[in-house]
Amino acid sequence: MSEFNSGSLTASNIHLAFGSNKVLRGIDLHVPQGTTASVIGPSGSGKSTLLRVMNRLIEPDQGDIVLDGKSVLKDNPDELRRRIGMVFQQFNLFPHKTVLQNVSLALVKLRKMSKDQANAKALEQLELVGLAHKADARPGNLSGGQQQRVAIARALAMEPEVMFFDEATSALDPELVKGVLALMTDLSKGGMTMVVVTHEMGFSRNVSDTVTFMDAGVVVETGSPEELFTAPKTDRLKGFLSDVL
Amino acid sequence: MDVLEQFLKTFFDWQAMGEVVPQMLTVGLPNTLILAASSAILGCFFGLILAVMGISRNPVSRWIARVYTDIFRGLPAILVIVIIGIGLGPILRQLTGITNPFPLAIFALTLMAAAYIGEIFRSGIQSVDKGQLEASRALGFSYGSAMILVVIPQGIRRVLPALVNQLISLIKESSLVYLLGVTATQREIYRVANDSAANSGNMSPLIAAGVLYLCMTVPLTHLVNYIDKRMREGKAQKVEPDEKAAIIGKGAQA
Repeated sequence: MSEFNSGSLTASNIHLAFGSNKVLRGIDLHVPQGTTASVIGPSGSGKSTLLRVMNRLIEPDQGDIVLDGKSVLKDNPDELRRRIGMVFQQFNLFPHKTVLQNVSLALVKLRKMSKDQANAKALEQLELVGLAHKADARPGNLSGGQQQRVAIARALAMEPEVMFFDEATSALDPELVKGVLALMTDLSKGGMTMVVVTHEMGFSRNVSDTVTFMDAGVVVETGSPEELFTAPKTDRLKGFLSDVL
Repeated sequence: MDVLEQFLKTFFDWQAMGEVVPQMLTVGLPNTLILAASSAILGCFFGLILAVMGISRNPVSRWIARVYTDIFRGLPAILVIVIIGIGLGPILRQLTGITNPFPLAIFALTLMAAAYIGEIFRSGIQSVDKGQLEASRALGFSYGSAMILVVIPQGIRRVLPALVNQLISLIKESSLVYLLGVTATQREIYRVANDSAANSGNMSPLIAAGVLYLCMTVPLTHLVNYIDKRMREGKAQKVEPDEKAAIIGKGAQA
């Protein structure tokens, strides 16, 4: 049973170029409902860009994005993004607002909830990430790990069908990484559909259902964690794994 | 001894000062404040529009903002006030019957203030981390809502000191309105002092005016320093130990 109203996500044949720089060259990614796909690869391989194309922060030049069996390229991109939560490497909390307001802002303005409803819901989400007691603090007063958990609560409050994590633990001090990864693991086990761009090979291997290895704007290998980590087929993946493990 | 006496009599004739002070406070001060405050408020409003145009993705609106800013930042205040105030005065009078020079004076001051304030706002808004816009848009906010709710408030907060500086310069520039010809009740601080000085042939009223200007501007400059200091130190005080650890961690990784 899923705790979340999650959906499936498919990107097919995604192409994107910035000028002559071809960042994505025909990416296919299929994430069935309730599963976690991790995307690994060297920096500059286009992983983070792929996330931004899939929620149309960047419009693809070519290809299709299908959420819950329906292409979303013709929809209003703002509405699409309300259905996909995103967590960033640098947290990107709003520093001029309290922790509670960070979570409730979109509920009030986009979900049109009353202030009381939104605050109750936001507090519930903060409870879930163990930070209800910081509701009135400013993000600047929290540790990086706490900030990232608030960012996750902020995204979850919108009841997304899919969650994107863009190197969510890369900017954290090593001892703060664990708490965030534990929370992500809970979400994954709870049935959230997740796309996780990560350098955390432990998470990728132990938590995700599929692993996709990208390099230079293409998917080089994709499959189960066992397939990719224990029996990599390509030299590029072998080389990458020997560099990072 | 004669020279010193003459000097004191010219600049520090207490009687001449005492005579002008009531008028300066009841007539000059309110008028100066009306001129400075209205053009500051309007300048902020149009400055914000210019700033948003200046960072817009539309090249035409960027270009309009650029040209406007270059022109009105590049002209001497006295030139703009005279051209607008004296040049447009008769036209305004014909169209509306208004003979009061204040609307045009405020208009001229606003034109220049908007150019400066626009640049102040633009630099503030542009200094906000790109991730803020991205995170807002990822939540589902439109570009406009994300700017209004998240990016612009942060940008403005950062430039409050520069904004107060602009208010100080408007208080000073409002004195140029005397050039437009004002009635007795329309005089601002400088004109009140100038009239009194001309009648008595004594500089003391102008010194009194100077003191009054300083009474307004010096507290404001200290307010700037206070805001500036609080923005810098307020943050540093609040940081928890593990936040510091996180910063050190980032540095060590880089």
